[in-house]
Amino acid sequence: MIQFRKALAIAAVIALSALSTPVEANDKYIVVQSTTSTEQSGLFKHILPMFKAKTGIDVRIVAVGTGQALKNGERGDGDVVLVHAKAAEEKFVADGFGVKRTEVMYNDFVLVGPESDPAKVAGSKDIVAALKSIAEAKAPFASRGDDSGTHKAELDHWKPTGIDVKSASGEWYRSTGSGMGPTLNTAAGMSAYALTDRATWLSFKNRGPLKIVVEGDKRLFNQYGIMLVNPAKHPTVKATEGQAFIDWITGVEGQNAIRSFQIGGEQLFFPNAPGV
Amino acid sequence: MTDLGSIFSLALSLVISGDQQLYSIIVLSLRVTLTAVLLGCLVGIPLGAALATYRFPGRGAAIAVLNAFMGLPPVVVGLAVYLMLSRSGPFGVLGLLYTPTAMIIAQAILVTPLIAALSRQSLADLHTEYDDLFRSLRLRPSDKIRALIWEGRYGLSTAALAGFGRAIAEVGAVIIVGGNIEHVTRVMTTAIALETSKGDLALALALGLILVTIAIAVNAAVLSLNRTARRLAYA
Repeated sequence: MIQFRKALAIAAVIALSALSTPVEANDKYIVVQSTTSTEQSGLFKHILPMFKAKTGIDVRIVAVGTGQALKNGERGDGDVVLVHAKAAEEKFVADGFGVKRTEVMYNDFVLVGPESDPAKVAGSKDIVAALKSIAEAKAPFASRGDDSGTHKAELDHWKPTGIDVKSASGEWYRSTGSGMGPTLNTAAGMSAYALTDRATWLSFKNRGPLKIVVEGDKRLFNQYGIMLVNPAKHPTVKATEGQAFIDWITGVEGQNAIRSFQIGGEQLFFPNAPGV
Repeated sequence: MTDLGSIFSLALSLVISGDQQLYSIIVLSLRVTLTAVLLGCLVGIPLGAALATYRFPGRGAAIAVLNAFMGLPPVVVGLAVYLMLSRSGPFGVLGLLYTPTAMIIAQAILVTPLIAALSRQSLADLHTEYDDLFRSLRLRPSDKIRALIWEGRYGLSTAALAGFGRAIAEVGAVIIVGGNIEHVTRVMTTAIALETSKGDLALALALGLILVTIAIAVNAAVLSLNRTARRLAYA
């Protein structure tokens, strides 16, 4: 029985020590709620080391859809939010969850589709007309369906077509309810059309039969904004460090860092912070 | 691009290249899961032993619930733990969200019912066998449970391994409470999910292959430890 007690004691000690091991020696960090497009394209990997070198602040990115990022911010689970859905961001600030919205950078959305192009939309510069043709041809369309910035943008483009995609859901309109990457995987698998931000598309490797079919429409503009989570609502917010990051990314150095990020010689994000 | 041979060689080259990031992800995966399993054992095994030993009203219902909880959906557990640990939740002040500790808590909740249910099953048989002996020795209930656990330890290691298998393979809970933050909370399964999202299916599969290999290694280690212990015990 002594052996048993010993074993139990050892197990308890190991478990407790593993639990209480300091996770990070460096506690100078902030949590940024952001989107999958910025993380998965490699943008953060490119620019964050520069910020860290300057300030010593570690930036921890939680990459989710814009809708979820804002919700997590509302709950105080993050210090900064960097997303792309202007109306939702402005509501976030108006409701007192964020301090102030500043524009950081933009890129654009593109419509991708199979090479066979059953809806005959390739080469078009009119996203609304293209969506209309897809609906008329009942060609498969993969939607994010997850309340993300891209999903909101997609729904905005369906609006002027007068087509009720909800009623077509499950038929030619496939709502995947997942991130951009998984949705593109699905679209590649079923030769469907999909709306994606250009950054995710350029860094996406499993394209299958997909290629860009519609681009260059002014309405496909994709603006990213940054906000500090309101410390008045959530006192745990690291306001000083969070603001330092916002000041950096919307300042000359951060904007240049964003500009210098390329994949295959192509610039993915275009800085446009005010006053830089 | 995704034939098995090329994935195998990709996995091999990843391991051989000594990629620092890969190793830290593997270490974190093992640290999180092994700690969760250890906690699961500390709670689950005595619970299983108690259920195997005591007779009390509602015992059948308790066992049924425990068995059902073996199938707790990881994403639901993750969400519940997230709501608890969120800054707006009851334990928000601890600041545990998006840390490995949060992941350990979520996985411990997932594996404890599984370990308890399997422990109860294996100890119930043993209890029938030993019941007369226990009676003749007039053991106190707590001593009975301890004796039962000690005698059934080899069978219990299978329960622990089942818990390990469930936790190391799970992605739904850790991605919610950990946030899949690079260098902080990224583990094997969330890294695989990320590479799948990026469309890098070959890399995702190669990581999967490494994960399966690690699981086999852990199982083999426990089995051989058991065998050695038995040999020493009966030598």
